[in-house]
Parts: sequence; structure tokens; C-alpha cells
Amino acid sequence: MSGVLVLVETVNGTVRKASLELLTLARRLGEPAALVCGPADEALLKVLGEYGATHVYAVENPDLEEFLVAPKAEALAAVVRRTAPAAVLVTADHEGTEVAARAAVRLDSGIITDAVDVVAGEGGPLVTQSVFAGSWATQSQVVRGTPVITVRPNAVPPEAAPVEPVVETVTVDVGAGDRGSRIAQRTPKTGTGRPDLADASVVVAGGRGMGSAEAFALLERLADSLGGAVAASRAATDLGWYDHDFQIGQTGKTVAPQLYLASGISGAVQHRAGMRGSRTVVAINKDPKAPMFRFADFGVVGDAHAVLPALIDEVERRKG
Amino acid sequence: TLDRAGVEGRLSELDEYAVEQALSLVENGLSATVTFVTMGPARAVDGLRKALAMGGDDGVHISDEALHGSDALATSLVLARAVERTGFDLVICGMSSTDAEMSVVPAMVADRLGVPQVTFASALTVDDGSVTIRRDGDTAVEEVVATLPAVVSVTDQTGEVRYPSFKAIMAGKKKPVTTWTLADLGVEPALVGAAGAATAVRSAAPQPPRQAGVVVVDDGGAAAQIADFLVAQRLL
Ligand SMILES: Cc1cc2nc3c(=O)[nH]c(=O)nc-3n(C[C@H](O)[C@H](O)[C@H](O)COP(=O)(O)OP(=O)(O)OC[C@H]3O[C@@H](n4cnc5c(N)ncnc54)[C@H](O)[C@@H]3O)c2cc1C
Ligand SMILES: Nc1ncnc2c1ncn2[C@@H]1O[C@H](COP(=O)(O)O)[C@@H](O)[C@H]1O
Repeated sequence: MSGVLVLVETVNGTVRKASLELLTLARRLGEPAALVCGPADEALLKVLGEYGATHVYAVENPDLEEFLVAPKAEALAAVVRRTAPAAVLVTADHEGTEVAARAAVRLDSGIITDAVDVVAGEGGPLVTQSVFAGSWATQSQVVRGTPVITVRPNAVPPEAAPVEPVVETVTVDVGAGDRGSRIAQRTPKTGTGRPDLADASVVVAGGRGMGSAEAFALLERLADSLGGAVAASRAATDLGWYDHDFQIGQTGKTVAPQLYLASGISGAVQHRAGMRGSRTVVAINKDPKAPMFRFADFGVVGDAHAVLPALIDEVERRKG
Repeated sequence: TLDRAGVEGRLSELDEYAVEQALSLVENGLSATVTFVTMGPARAVDGLRKALAMGGDDGVHISDEALHGSDALATSLVLARAVERTGFDLVICGMSSTDAEMSVVPAMVADRLGVPQVTFASALTVDDGSVTIRRDGDTAVEEVVATLPAVVSVTDQTGEVRYPSFKAIMAGKKKPVTTWTLADLGVEPALVGAAGAATAVRSAAPQPPRQAGVVVVDDGGAAAQIADFLVAQRLL
């Protein structure tokens, strides 16, 4: 069976959930192989093996850490040239997309971005994309080269399928032209301690209807009970109630969690553009005519200030 | 020289930010000419004229019937050849929030040109041989540096876009716009357009509208009802 190469992303040495999703998807297409940028330590190998990576290619080259995008693209292209996989899967975030784009040029291979689903098909993987703000779904195939596919986080839940991976350390030559951009300075934002919006399987979002910055503390408590992230509408971020980083929508982030809980958000089209892909939507709004109810699986006409505290208690109680 | 590569025919709102940044770099002392580049059918010239009304020196319009149906690989090939031909130190592109392809084209153009790209800039400065951008990430604010020549994409956070005056619009109409075909760029027609596409759409279908859900009016018990729903959906 041919391999399917997954570009693995790590955060502080831990494999991102989105990468485990790619390994899960890869099993539909062939034998998952993982490309790790950096050394593959015991802990990393254990996780990759647990999620089905039969091969792990560890590219140990300091250029991959020091310089942005291009060295990783070269590493990806080099491993593809050597192992001729049936497809390459990369997470559809900023860096992943750019690495995939450059690798596609180097391999002269077709690229399909922002997939919401990938299945095996005759003549290569069939890739589903959600287009025109989610109103249409298309299925496409790469017809030249090695299919390079970027996949949205949360396309599938990660599923374990333990194997013992074969590990190989790979050396890659990074040319001077690929050492052109780097991070000169990094000022960390205070971490929230919550999952990244892109990875979160639960997103608890608030809008103008929350009434104040203080009321967002309720959303944070609910998010923490559910193990989720907190987000906001543009009205709420413009009012300074929550940071712009957490804005969902056309000019903010796009999320596709298992659960999107919208509280005090009317449901404007620009907001929906960022959360349409959510599997289940719960809406709390005091206006029965709020458009959000038309997109909600479960809606509550009520005051967020009454419903949220009670909901936090219910969730805590049921978790036992 | 300072260039801007656009992919769409008209000047999109997000490309206006790229035009604005190019012009303000020059106004703030950078010694450079600004050339606007676009690939698209005849009407794409309107986008160039809009940009030239805002400022800049000249425009390049790449137009060729064989380009119809071009994918990102082909588009990036054509833009890279055009930018090579004009000569460049910096290529500035818009970001895109809705068109997935836009997020790959700048990186592809940069790869073909053999130069770095720095993307999603919320601010940028150019000095002696390098471009520095500010990027607002989820976990940090980063200062990213690239050696020139380079490709940059800018976001809607870079600042207000100017409105051209009537006089500026008239002046823009007089600025030179060159039209290039694939032959001018030495690009094989077989590599681009529908014929050269490396991807194919197999099917397209409208998504079924979301099934209408349950809406309850809170009488004090709504929280428990939400919790029941979450349990039923295995979300709790
Ligand atoms: C170019 C452009 C881009 C945009 N991009 C985005 C974007 O990325 N993201 C985004 O979100 N918006 C975006 N917008 C703005 C968008 O059009 C809406 O204005 C915005 O989403 C409204 O936010 P909201 O729902 O929080 O506020 P509102 O529309 O004011 O809705 C507040 C809701 O709260 C309800 N409410 C009030 N009090 C309570 C209470 N006590 N309990 C429960 N409910 C209550 C009200 O009934 C109302 O439905 C964009 C607009 C433009 C023009
Ligand atoms: N006659 C043309 N000349 C130049 N570019 C074109 C032409 N027709 C389409 N394009 C470009 O080719 C790409 C694919 O467009 P389309 O053929 O409309 O799918 C877009 O970037 C168009 O702007």
C-alpha cells in the first residue's frame, strides 16, 4: 500500500490535534507517514504511532526552525521525491498553506486547499471543499503530480490506530534562497490556558448582547467547563469587550467546532461566514426573531445573564 | 521598483490595502517606482485604472485567451514571469479572507521568483535591503523580517485607504498601461488555462439548508434543556 505523507505540526514539542486528524484521514487513502520538522523524541513517536503513523521522517535541520516556510517546503518536497506518496496532507492554517503552496510549485503538483473532507477515489483522493460561504460543496481531484491537500482543522475527530512506527532521520539541503525570512522578535500574548480557536472542539461565543466586558467572564467559565475556547462577534471586539484575536467571521477567524454556542449574537451574514462549518449550533438570544435561530440546532429565547450561570451549574453537575 | 501583483480582474477591497501600502512607502521616503500588475480579461484594466488613480507610475495588464480557467499554479507562473520582466524589489499583495486561492498565490509567486514571502502584515517598513512586517498571531505579536527582494501580503488592519480626487482620477487615466500576452512573457499556453490545470472539479452541489432546530422560550428551565441536548448530541 502506498504512503500518505502528513506534515506534522508541534506546539512546544506536543503534536497539534489537527495533525492527528490528518493522520486519521490519511488512513483512508493509504499508510500514514509523518514528516516531523525537528527531532522525533520518544513522546512524539508514541503519539504519532498511536494515531497510525507507520513511518516517521524526522528532518533535523536548524534552518527549519530558524527560517519561515521555505525550508519546510523544501523538506516536504524532498521527502515526497524520495518516498513517492499517494498524497500529501497539510493543515490549512497560514503557515501550512504556504508550505503546501511552495511544495506544490517545487513538485509541479496540483494543490487543493481548505478541504473539509477527503476520501479515496478512482484516480486519486476526492477532496470536498465548502465554497461560496458554505452554500455549495465541490469535489475535486488533482490531475497532475502528487496531490497536495490542505485540510481544515476539525474535519474529522482524531481516532487512534496504534502501530510501531519506523523512524528515519532525513537530511535536507536548504538553499540560501530559502533562508530569506525569519522572526526577528516575538512578543507572546498572555496565554488563555484554553484551546486554540482553530483546534477547539467547543467554541463559546458572545456578542453585543452580553452587555459588557465583565459578562465575558461567564463565557470563559462555561468554556472552561466544556473544555472549549471563547470567541466574540465583531460588535463585541469593536466595543473592546474581547480581543480582536478572538473575533469570528469574515474579517476574523473561521472555526468549525463540534459545538458553537452563540450568546447575544444576532447572526449577521459576516459573522456566520466564520462559523458555518460548525457541526452543532446552540443559540441564546432574547429576541425570538434573531437570525441566529435559523441556523441553530437548539435555540433558547432568553436572557444570557440568566441562562449562562444556570447552564454552567448544569454542566458542572452532570460532569459530576 | 515596487510592484503589486493582483489576481482578480477588478481591484478588490483587499487589494486596495496593498495599493495603499505601496503608495505610502514611497510617500514616506522610499525611493521607488510603483507598478501595478494584474492578470485578467479585458475589464481587468478597470482595476489598474482605479489603482493608478490612487497613485503610482504605471500598470501592466496580462491578457490572453489561453489563460481562461487558470489554476493557482498557472496564475503564479504568469505573475512571476511578469514581475520578473518589470523588475522588482518588493511585490505587495492583498490578503484574502474568502478566496482560498489567494492565500497560496503569493507564496507560489515568491517560490517561483526564488525570494522569501512574509504574509498577513498589519504594518510594514522597508529599509536597507529588508522588509519588516508586524503580524498579529494568536499567541504572539511577531516582527518578521525578509531580505529584499521579497513578496509581502497585507491585511485590512494596515490602515485607511485613500479616496482619489477627481483630478487624480483624470491623471490616472493618462498613466501608461502595457498589455502583455503569454507570448510576450514566453509562457507556453499549454501550461496555463483549463488545458494546463493540475486540478479538476468532479462535482458541485448546493449544500442542503440547515435543518431547522428546536427553539424553546426560557421559563427558568432552559439551561437544563440545553444540557439535555448536549448530552443527547454526545457533546457533554
Ligand atoms: C465588511 C464587514 C465585515 C464584517 N466582519 C464581521 C466579522 O468578521 N465578524 C462579525 O461578527 N461581524 C462582522 N461584521 C459585522 C456584522 O455585520 C454585525 O454587525 C455583527 O456581527 C453584529 O454583532 P452582534 O451579533 O454581537 O451584535 P448585534 O447585531 O447588535 O446583536 C446583538 C444580539 O444580542 C441580543 N441580545 C441583547 N441583549 C441580550 C441578552 N441580555 N441576552 C441574550 N441576547 C441578547 C440581541 O437580541 C441581538 O440579537 C462585518 C461587517 C462588515 C460590513
Ligand atoms: N482572457 C484572459 N486574459 C487574462 N487572464 C484571464 C483571461 N481569462 C481568465 N483569466 C484569468 O484566469 C484566471 C481563471 O479565471 P477563469 O477562467 O474565469 O476561471 C483568473 O485569474 C482570471 O483573471
